[in-house]
Amino acid sequence: MIRFENVSKQYKSQHSPALRDVNVDIERGEFVFLVGPSGSGKTTFLRLCLKEDRPTSGNVWVAGKNVGKLSSWRVPQLRRQIGTVFQDFRLLPNKTVFENVAFALEVIGKPRGHIKTVVPEVLEMVGLEGKEKRFPHELSGGEQQRVAIARAFVNRPEILIADEPTGNLDPNTSIGIMKLLDRINRTGTTIVMATHDAQIVDQVRKRVVELADGIVVRDQDRGVYGYAH
Amino acid sequence: MRAQFVASEVWQGLRRNLTMTIALIITIAVSLALFGAGLLVRQQVSQMKGFWFDKVEVSIFLCTKNSQEASCSGPASEAEKQQIATDLEGMRPLVQDVYFETSQEAFNRFQEQFAGSPIADSATPEDLGESYRVKLADPDQYAVITSAFAGRPGIERVDDQKQVLDKLFRLLDGLQVISMGIAIAMLIVTVLLVGNTMRLAAYSRRRETGIMRLVGASKFYIQLPFLLESVIAAVIGAALAVGAIVAMKILLVDRFLEPSFQFTPFVGWETVWVVSAILLAIGILLAAFAAVVTLRRYLKV
Repeated sequence: MIRFENVSKQYKSQHSPALRDVNVDIERGEFVFLVGPSGSGKTTFLRLCLKEDRPTSGNVWVAGKNVGKLSSWRVPQLRRQIGTVFQDFRLLPNKTVFENVAFALEVIGKPRGHIKTVVPEVLEMVGLEGKEKRFPHELSGGEQQRVAIARAFVNRPEILIADEPTGNLDPNTSIGIMKLLDRINRTGTTIVMATHDAQIVDQVRKRVVELADGIVVRDQDRGVYGYAH
Repeated sequence: MRAQFVASEVWQGLRRNLTMTIALIITIAVSLALFGAGLLVRQQVSQMKGFWFDKVEVSIFLCTKNSQEASCSGPASEAEKQQIATDLEGMRPLVQDVYFETSQEAFNRFQEQFAGSPIADSATPEDLGESYRVKLADPDQYAVITSAFAGRPGIERVDDQKQVLDKLFRLLDGLQVISMGIAIAMLIVTVLLVGNTMRLAAYSRRRETGIMRLVGASKFYIQLPFLLESVIAAVIGAALAVGAIVAMKILLVDRFLEPSFQFTPFVGWETVWVVSAILLAIGILLAAFAAVVTLRRYLKV
């Protein structure tokens, strides 16, 4: 589903490359943790998947397409196949929960009738039924992240990319979010999650790809965050 | 494509940047109105040129008994008149038409022009004298006539009406250049202002556009509300400009100039409508152009 072939990324303003000769192959339906300290290249890895950046060398394949060679007008099509969740939620403060989720469908031109049926479904799935009319500031952090996940998943993407989704949440709330991501994974959606949260990685026991200074230093099935239990 | 969604985005955008929107509309209106006025003056000048150049004549005034000029020694003789007529005939095709105006005709015309004024009563046909009215195929060639006849015995002076008209047209041309210059400066200001407004709008909506990108909205869909906003401002501005030139036509031309200067034609409504269409088109094109160029820079997709 996602394949990095000898991918390097060098930002112009920086001395050392953000990614160095990275080779990673992620299958359809996998759940992969991307771990490593700040500045190790996790975010660069995710940005390359979304074609927010181009690799300096090497090929990035996402959903069967060579992302580096994708013409710019095809990029939106790629991004519709990928849901994205961030540490800071990125909700629109002046829109309700329902409107925030519906927005993602409206801007890709989905018909109103479709929106009216799928948005309540996905809100129920993430556990926000009854809170459709709330505004983001009326919700807890965990609930806001659920809205963001609902928005990312409402179009049923094949891939869900999460950049430290639990970074702003307390441990208990984080577990709830992880359960939700696990449920989404069970529907067949490939999930790549960058995280610093050792506890979560150790509990969930999924594949772990560890980056350090832009190099893949570990790629382990059912791995732990950084040390053996 | 969801028209209702786009419309609500556009409406919100216009309201959020209300002061900038108003500034934009006023700038567009003023610059287009000036530009339109320039176009109307230009049309007016070319219409007047066509009308008057058809009518301008070079007048060869013959000596009268009162003439003081060195070339005159009493009224022009029959032989002198005959020579002038033959020479004029010889200058065809430059000379298109020659008309001999007798003293009596000149007197009648004079009486008509100055009817009611004391000068009309004091003049006699002899005072006015005879003249050849020469119509040229190309009014710009009057110098040929002047050099051939000025100073010849029996000729008091050679008058070219075009020289008088040229002064008027130079004045009008000058006005037109000034109004066009101001209009172009204003149009440049408009383009920059549209650009700046779009930049502000893109910045104030960076959250929305960021999310739109992430969920895979097309570039067109992301930029369309911004583009429509500037085009709507342009249409409103152009409508105000059209209102201004229509007011100019009614208040200045129809109510004031036309009754006061009945001898010359003025721009008609069809010209006003053509100019209006031009203004609308230019307003929309400039606003869209400025918006697209700015959005390419500030709204990366």
